[in-house]
Amino acid sequence: MVLAVLGLVVAATCLLPLGYVVVSSAQLGAGEAVDFLVRPRVGQLLWNTTRLLVAGVGLSVVIGVGCAWLVVRTNLRAGHLWHGVLAAPLAVPAFVNGYGWVSTTHAVQSYGGAVLVVSLSYYPLVYLPTVAALRRLDPGLEEVAAALGHGPVASFARVVLPAISPAVLGGALLVGLHLLGEYGALQILNYPTLTTGILDQYRTSFNGPAATLLALVLVAFCLLLLGVELLARGRRRHSRVGSGVSRTATRVRLGAWSPVVLTGVGGLVVLALGVPLASLGRWLVRGASTEFPLGDLVAATGTTVGLALAGGVVATIAALPVAWLAVRHRGLFATTLERSVYPANALPGIVVALALVTVSIRSVPALYQTVPLLVLGYVILFLPRAVVSVRGTLELAPPVLEDVARSLGCSDAAAARRVTLPLVLPGLGASLALVSLAVSTELTATLLLSPIGTSTLATEFWQKAYSVEYGAAAPYAALLILLSIPATWLLSRAANSSGLRSALRPLGAVS
Amino acid sequence: MTAGPGRAAGLRVQGLRKSFGDTVVLDGVDLDVPDGITAVLGASGCGKTTLLRLVAGFLEPDGGTITIGDRMVAGGGRPVPARRRRVGYVPQEGALFPHLDVSANVAFGLARGERRSARVREVLDLVELPSSVAHRQPHELSGGQQQRVALARALAPQPGLVLLDEPFSSLDAGLREDTGRAVARALRASGSTAVLVTHDQGEALSLADQVAVMAAGRFLQISPPGEIYLRPASPEVAAFVGHATQLRGTAGGRTARCDLGELGLLADASGPVLIVVRPEQVNVIPDRSSGAGGADGADGVRAEVLDVSYFGHDATLRARIHDRDTVVISRVPAGGVPAPGTSVCLRVSGEVLAFPLEGPR
Repeated sequence: MVLAVLGLVVAATCLLPLGYVVVSSAQLGAGEAVDFLVRPRVGQLLWNTTRLLVAGVGLSVVIGVGCAWLVVRTNLRAGHLWHGVLAAPLAVPAFVNGYGWVSTTHAVQSYGGAVLVVSLSYYPLVYLPTVAALRRLDPGLEEVAAALGHGPVASFARVVLPAISPAVLGGALLVGLHLLGEYGALQILNYPTLTTGILDQYRTSFNGPAATLLALVLVAFCLLLLGVELLARGRRRHSRVGSGVSRTATRVRLGAWSPVVLTGVGGLVVLALGVPLASLGRWLVRGASTEFPLGDLVAATGTTVGLALAGGVVATIAALPVAWLAVRHRGLFATTLERSVYPANALPGIVVALALVTVSIRSVPALYQTVPLLVLGYVILFLPRAVVSVRGTLELAPPVLEDVARSLGCSDAAAARRVTLPLVLPGLGASLALVSLAVSTELTATLLLSPIGTSTLATEFWQKAYSVEYGAAAPYAALLILLSIPATWLLSRAANSSGLRSALRPLGAVS
Repeated sequence: MTAGPGRAAGLRVQGLRKSFGDTVVLDGVDLDVPDGITAVLGASGCGKTTLLRLVAGFLEPDGGTITIGDRMVAGGGRPVPARRRRVGYVPQEGALFPHLDVSANVAFGLARGERRSARVREVLDLVELPSSVAHRQPHELSGGQQQRVALARALAPQPGLVLLDEPFSSLDAGLREDTGRAVARALRASGSTAVLVTHDQGEALSLADQVAVMAAGRFLQISPPGEIYLRPASPEVAAFVGHATQLRGTAGGRTARCDLGELGLLADASGPVLIVVRPEQVNVIPDRSSGAGGADGADGVRAEVLDVSYFGHDATLRARIHDRDTVVISRVPAGGVPAPGTSVCLRVSGEVLAFPLEGPR
């Protein structure tokens, strides 16, 4: 009973941003809204967002699927090494990547440049699930296709591609949602989209109806993406039929193509990792010679770690009742609760932040620009990751173990302490880590929600990079990358091993 | 020396009722378990696991009483919680605590001071596990070993009653028999009273001192294994425990006439009856008469072999009686199994069971 109430509170909190957008848009007069939305500036933003979305998702899918196939299904030399390197761009936050490129060449401040930079940042979101799907794929399928007279190209198109399509679609959806929510990279690349437009409006008119209307349009875009993905996926289910040990598939021999492929993949890595890291290194050396604000760095790191841990702990605790109900009390109520947590994952950070700003000013002004509100924002944004981890770990502790403990003389509390808690502790730790790492590199919501005078690594970096103090920004960028490495490593390992695969689910949790 | 002090506690269940929503799972069940091993045998969904969970204290009954030893644990005021019932519980697939090694699993139910005592070694001995497994993790054990550890864990605090819920269903055939025998030996050596829930009749008949056959929330018969098989209380029990051919016939005193000829009966009967013939009672003799359509000779009833399932040590065949639709199951020795399609003679040896048929049809 208590659990159900707690679960309801958590779910309602997660639906708050969505509710805010709908309600406050409905409060605006229809005429006023239409007047605003037909302005040429808004049309420009819509066009920019759409063409970035189409090209960015397309390029990410081509790169992600291509690389996954090369690594898993061909005799590409040192495949494991390539796998790590190809997943690594995930550790470079997109706004740091944008900074790396812009501080190298201003040529990327264009449509083409924006597409290139965001695709290089986000293609791993397609690459990792595709690798996992390809590894899970029963090689027998291709053998059957070959026995039925299909060549390698035909069997890839008719058998492999349909089989891995849910993973690819899920990845493409994630890239799309990230592109819609991306602020930092696009702002620094000087490419205006709906999200950067919302922040501009927010800056000029603070909390006017304009920002809210743009947020509504942005949410509509997100829902559209979700719908398209759902339609494309259809009612297909792709599961392995039959059991038994899955064999490793025979790999395609690259032969004479080997040098071409190596050059291509190598070039990609140079663009995705080499350019931003080299640029960062250059500015680090140059910046360190002029100034190295150790005190500021330590302070920002301290604040970041503190906020990250707070977000991680609160999100994990909030995930507990939801996950517990979903695992132990399966049913319509629990499923609805669990599902209502996920939409926030599809909402851009800017919308969540805007909603919290407005709601707090209107109903609890004392909360506005406080740490609790900032942490609440993080929790709403990253709760799905926590729920997925906690849920996975609760499944490791079936109720029969508690039955046995009670038959051996344990009270309910003792059974929880001696059996359930030790079993779920590692999963709770994983949840804490995943959320904390996501919080530590979050920029958009932090900019809007953090109390005045709070400086985190991301906001400090942003302030300096945006005012073209590239050298001063470099140490912060380096620390941000360091913080992102553990989660990236975890995800790249998860794609390869079946036991860790649940760690990949946060990537696909929205679908 | 290794056995517990034999604080065996009998179990008595009276008028036990339990429903989940509109579904009646147990409909006034009575069961008396004196000591030794009692098997509750039934198809899945018959309510046997619910019965076990009620006795263990994981569920509360809607009505009726449960008495363990001389203590009423449910039905008389507040039910005694599971942790105070002194009942050992061995669930399906063992359910060992995955974060603890074997000895910590076994010691789980012991008081803090006893956990380091010789008791762990003692019960591991009892379930015939070498002490070298004591520090293995559960995932390093085979399925059969996991079950033995689960039993050792249940036996360690010297419970009066041990409940086993389909403990061998996840094991493969060979292992199942070995593990089952070892578990039965350990239970007997520890002097515990045990209730074993199973859907496997071979398991129930071979391991238990008493078998309780359950269907649709009620017990059909509670008897020793031999009696269950040879003297089933109803045609349902006869059909459920072991193969049987059921034929309609007409009885008059100690004999009855049916498609298999004139058969001797185990008990007097008269009028229309349902006759139950076990496969091993049907002897198959080569058909020596030539030409078809002849009357049944002294060798028995003529029949055509439909199909044969060959098991190595013996074979089961199905044969259709000439000019009838009746199909008879017979068990024949491995040597001299007739081929499908051949004509044979069937003769019943020994006396058979007959159940009166109620009302003409």
